[in-house]
Amino acid sequence: MRIQFKIFRFDPEHDTEPYYKTYTVEADEGERVLDCLNRIRWEQDGTLSLRMSCAHGVCGSDAMRIDGRCALACRKLVRDLEGDEVLIEPLPTFTVLKDLVVDLTPFFEKVDMVRPYLIASDPPEKERLQSHEDNLKMEEAIRCILCACCVGQCPVSNENEKFLGPAPLVQAFRRIFDSRDEAREERLRQLDYPDGVWACVNHFECTRVCPKEIPVTRSINTMKREIKKLE
Amino acid sequence: MTLRHDVVIVGSGLAGLRAALEVAGDADVALVSKVFPTRSHSGAAQGGIGAALGNEEPDSWEWHMYDTVKGGDYLTDQDAAEVLAKDAPRAVYELEHLGVPFNRTSDGRIAQRAFGGHTKNFGEAAIKRACHAADRTGRVILDTLFGEAVKRGIKVYSEYQLMDLVFTDGAASGVVLYEAANGRVHTVGARAVMLATGGFGKVFKTTSNCFANTGDGVYYCYRAGIPLQDMEFVQFHPTGIYELGVLISEAARGEGGILRNRDGRRFMEDYAPTIKDLAPRDMVSRAIVTEIRNGRGIDGRDFVHLDLTHIGRERLAEKLSDISSFVRDYLGIDAATDLIPVSPTCHYMMGGIPTDLDGRVLGAAMDPIPGLYAAGECACVSVHGANRLGCNSLVDLVVFGRRTGKQIRQDLDALQRLEMEGEPAERTVETIHRIKNRGRGERASTLRYELQRVMTEECSVYRTESGLDDALGRLEGLRARYESVTVDSQGTSYNMDLLEAIELESLLGLGETILLSARNRVESRGAHSREDYPERDDENWLKHTLIRKTEKGSEIFYKPVAITRFEPKARTY
Ligand SMILES: Cc1cc2nc3c(=O)[nH]c(=O)nc-3n(C[C@H](O)[C@H](O)[C@H](O)COP(=O)(O)OP(=O)(O)OC[C@H]3O[C@@H](n4cnc5c(N)ncnc54)[C@H](O)[C@@H]3O)c2cc1C
Ligand code: SF4
Ligand code: SF4
Ligand code: FES
Repeated sequence: MRIQFKIFRFDPEHDTEPYYKTYTVEADEGERVLDCLNRIRWEQDGTLSLRMSCAHGVCGSDAMRIDGRCALACRKLVRDLEGDEVLIEPLPTFTVLKDLVVDLTPFFEKVDMVRPYLIASDPPEKERLQSHEDNLKMEEAIRCILCACCVGQCPVSNENEKFLGPAPLVQAFRRIFDSRDEAREERLRQLDYPDGVWACVNHFECTRVCPKEIPVTRSINTMKREIKKLE
Repeated sequence: MTLRHDVVIVGSGLAGLRAALEVAGDADVALVSKVFPTRSHSGAAQGGIGAALGNEEPDSWEWHMYDTVKGGDYLTDQDAAEVLAKDAPRAVYELEHLGVPFNRTSDGRIAQRAFGGHTKNFGEAAIKRACHAADRTGRVILDTLFGEAVKRGIKVYSEYQLMDLVFTDGAASGVVLYEAANGRVHTVGARAVMLATGGFGKVFKTTSNCFANTGDGVYYCYRAGIPLQDMEFVQFHPTGIYELGVLISEAARGEGGILRNRDGRRFMEDYAPTIKDLAPRDMVSRAIVTEIRNGRGIDGRDFVHLDLTHIGRERLAEKLSDISSFVRDYLGIDAATDLIPVSPTCHYMMGGIPTDLDGRVLGAAMDPIPGLYAAGECACVSVHGANRLGCNSLVDLVVFGRRTGKQIRQDLDALQRLEMEGEPAERTVETIHRIKNRGRGERASTLRYELQRVMTEECSVYRTESGLDDALGRLEGLRARYESVTVDSQGTSYNMDLLEAIELESLLGLGETILLSARNRVESRGAHSREDYPERDDENWLKHTLIRKTEKGSEIFYKPVAITRFEPKARTY
């Protein structure tokens, strides 16, 4: 089938304002949006820039806005597109560096703020024991691929650049609910400030767009409850 | 601009990260990656990491070593296999200590599952040896090691692409990098340079590999006159999603999945009566191609079915959830009730940059090149021989990544900072200028597509001399056309067009080394199956291939296999 892609273009070297350019692509139903974008780059216009690597939804490179919703281009199929023109834009919230490539530095800085590593004292010689049930508590959070779709879609993140944001909170959740971590309380207290967990107002937008189906909002609410228990 | 570090590690997958953690603190180390570190392809590893922990049933490192040697069709260097198997349990415990969220047994220890070619008591029956976190094992190990790197404050050059290696009097003295964000070319001086640039499955059309896997580090070694080892051994994983190539991990068969032909028959019973669907990958891929050639593909077409329907929805959700979502999203099918169409997909490179057991890169005379190191999929230790066993790569990365880091730390005092002579970035700057300013020519994508087609048609699961000759002829034509490759984009910011044109040089160069090595080896061993020489020939070919670029063209020479414990035997399962 024939599809039109209306794509956001901006090259700070030459353009004072972003603009949209439309490309027509012949595509099969089962193809990914990423396949279409690559064919545009390879066959029509090599000046288009985007990030990608794994092409099957595990590396987190190709988050963008497809028809107004943040998604991975490699997980969105042609057959799931609606209408005959598809709007492709960079992730909102972030500064555009070139076309669909945005500056994720502030995102990674926030991830680093929650200390994305285990804090624990000396381990035994073999593995630390952990029950299957405790292991399952992290199961959803460990799926996060740091694609930033959730942050791009979050209305609060879009207005308040100080908000820690959904993905960094998921990263915090992963450690807080790791029975091996010894900084649980300290980690919870770190999130207890207006731009931490409390800025989240339950829009559930993050949960709806997360390509790894992580219950982001529920995780944030769980942490809010745990913080209240500390008082 | 010239930068300086004590140690530069190119590649921030598990091999590069593990080495960096070993060196950090003692020396100023920098990691370089063409993608943000957690986007590295190690994060795509699904099924597991192999270690004889014995948490599910009794196991021993000797069995693991034996399986590794036999799985590699006896081309595996046994001293390396011994290091791997012995050190694996320590390496996995170390990962657990750093916080990797492994699945657990009912008594709280690390859970393990069956994987292809891993057996108990020297081949008696399949064994549970793969430690895992659902089907996201690579992801969680990568996140954990990168978290450690963040904690230790290791300097990362993210989205910087290696363009060239710099040598001074035969010793590594630095690297040339291209900064994707602004097109700047940097020369970085270093006392030690380590390559951890991963695989290069993008030489083939259908592959489980990511776009970044173009083998630049390996090719730049070859271009600099360093030999490459065992390049003919390319692993085709039996279960790629038909046409897409996206991987369905062997864990699916480890959890009980069964391959079926058009008659619904479990055909692996005919090829590997003892361990059936859990035979090593080279054997299963050949079995699939044989079924297809004999008209027993599904509807007579070129794929077979992977049947997971008896595993149960709950266990699929718990142990194979990513895989279930791949087939749901890409094929619109439900793994709990539908059969999955699969065919072999290019997956792993057994060959690469020759190293010793401590990651030192070996030059033409098989002696270490001062200051140059390599580990991970880009390297050839050779611990995987002619065919790697599933879940043996992740453990290779952390075991040999660590050893390489240790070796660098040890050598660093003796390694001087060498002056980089002349203009080390000259070749890079000129190449970029030439490609950008050519008026008319062909797009890199056209040539890349043709290369991938040639390689897939003539150098996949089965090979013949006439096919390989034909492929070499076509490849020569592509190389000539590469001289006139052009780009649309003159830009300096995220110019993917340019970077892909530059990566194509690596793909073409490596494609040629694979074809030449494959044509030269006139026997069948592991993943290298010659239809015109169907038998393994230990008398003449129990040796490693080395291919080197010289002024007169490519030259092939050999190196003996280290055999310490297990004499080569017929390989049946
Ligand atoms: C889908 C899939 C599933 C797998 N599952 C398993 C499994 O379950 N168990 C197992 O043991 N093995 C598995 N493997 C194999 C294993 O994952 C890989 O062999 C391994 O991850 C390679 O790791 P690495 O550290 O060598 O390189 P990678 O993780 O591939 O990293 C390469 C690094 O080099 C960088 N790089 C490359 N070129 C350049 C350049 N020119 N300039 C700058 N940086 C560069 C990249 O950015 C990246 O950081 C799987 C492989 C695939 C493809
Ligand atoms: S639930 Fe919270 S984090 Fe998620 S989109 Fe809404 S406000 Fe943002
Ligand atoms: S929580 Fe989901 S959407 Fe957000 S970064 Fe992680 S994977 Fe992406
Ligand atoms: S390219 Fe890796 S997530 Fe889409």
